[in-house]
Amino acid sequence: MSEFAYSAVLVAVIVAVTQLTRFLPFLLFGGKKQPPKAVLYLGRVLPCAIMGMLVVYCLRNVTPLAAPYGIPELIGVVLAVVLHVWKRNTLLSIGVSTVAYMVLVQAVF
Amino acid sequence: MAGYLVLGVGFGILLQSKGYSFLWAGVMSLTIYAGSMQYVAVDLLSSGAAVLSAALMTLVINARHLFYGLSMLEKYRDVKGIKKLYLIFSLTDETYSLVCTARPPEDVDPTAFYFWTSLLNQCYWVAGSVLGGLLGQVLPFDTTGVDFAMTALFVVIFTDQWLTRKNHLPALVGVGVSVVCLLLFGPDRFIIPAMVGIALLLMLLRRQLEEVAET
Repeated sequence: MSEFAYSAVLVAVIVAVTQLTRFLPFLLFGGKKQPPKAVLYLGRVLPCAIMGMLVVYCLRNVTPLAAPYGIPELIGVVLAVVLHVWKRNTLLSIGVSTVAYMVLVQAVF
Repeated sequence: MAGYLVLGVGFGILLQSKGYSFLWAGVMSLTIYAGSMQYVAVDLLSSGAAVLSAALMTLVINARHLFYGLSMLEKYRDVKGIKKLYLIFSLTDETYSLVCTARPPEDVDPTAFYFWTSLLNQCYWVAGSVLGGLLGQVLPFDTTGVDFAMTALFVVIFTDQWLTRKNHLPALVGVGVSVVCLLLFGPDRFIIPAMVGIALLLMLLRRQLEEVAET
């Protein structure tokens, strides 16, 4: 499969599954039926857990035991958290920590 | 909404840095239209992920949409036809938080309000992505490390959720199970066991968590 075809298939699959997650509730419970309690429960607790999983996913290739020991990532993450607790401005937190990380990996480590 | 423009630019630059032009950015933002998933999609595309694992990853990351839909069933019940299809299609995190909390002005038809809010949001997102893709081509500096924008995005959402919720157990379950699976299965195969583990553990903790959630 050519690279173009592969990318197109992958994007199409992502579109299909994404839209499935958006349309399914309306298809299943668009009438009068009430969703099961377990589903509603997962709806409340899953988003926080999945976000934690995604943070780990982003950092999965960090090597704490070999140079640069995950130091740029650690600085970037701490900066994002501190800025966000302080200012609560999503764009500021993402922007500053990303630029800081880029400087670290390009010029320092 | 300005947030969407900037995050879109970030996505466009990131995708461009992996060799995909602004056209890809535009098409993805038109069709997928899911912010965090598109950042992950850059990663999946550039690492040559298998189609099945991309599908599973999408399912897990976007499972939260199922719950956005559930809570919008009532509001969107009376909307009909193509407008309803578009409202469902465009139910992203940002749009959801807007249509869920903002009250339409008295003299405006609620359906029109929801529809134009959703459409405008997507316009910002698509415009930002294309702009980012174009910028990425002409940027005079090295973009190594720009992928950290994705990490920062998730760290910020995680922090936000942490600050606004009383019970931190679900967040800790997410991080804890993922780290354990990462150590057990390694960086290329940990995500599916982690997803299963998180869902199982949350179901086991249901009694404790449900009490907290309802108070």
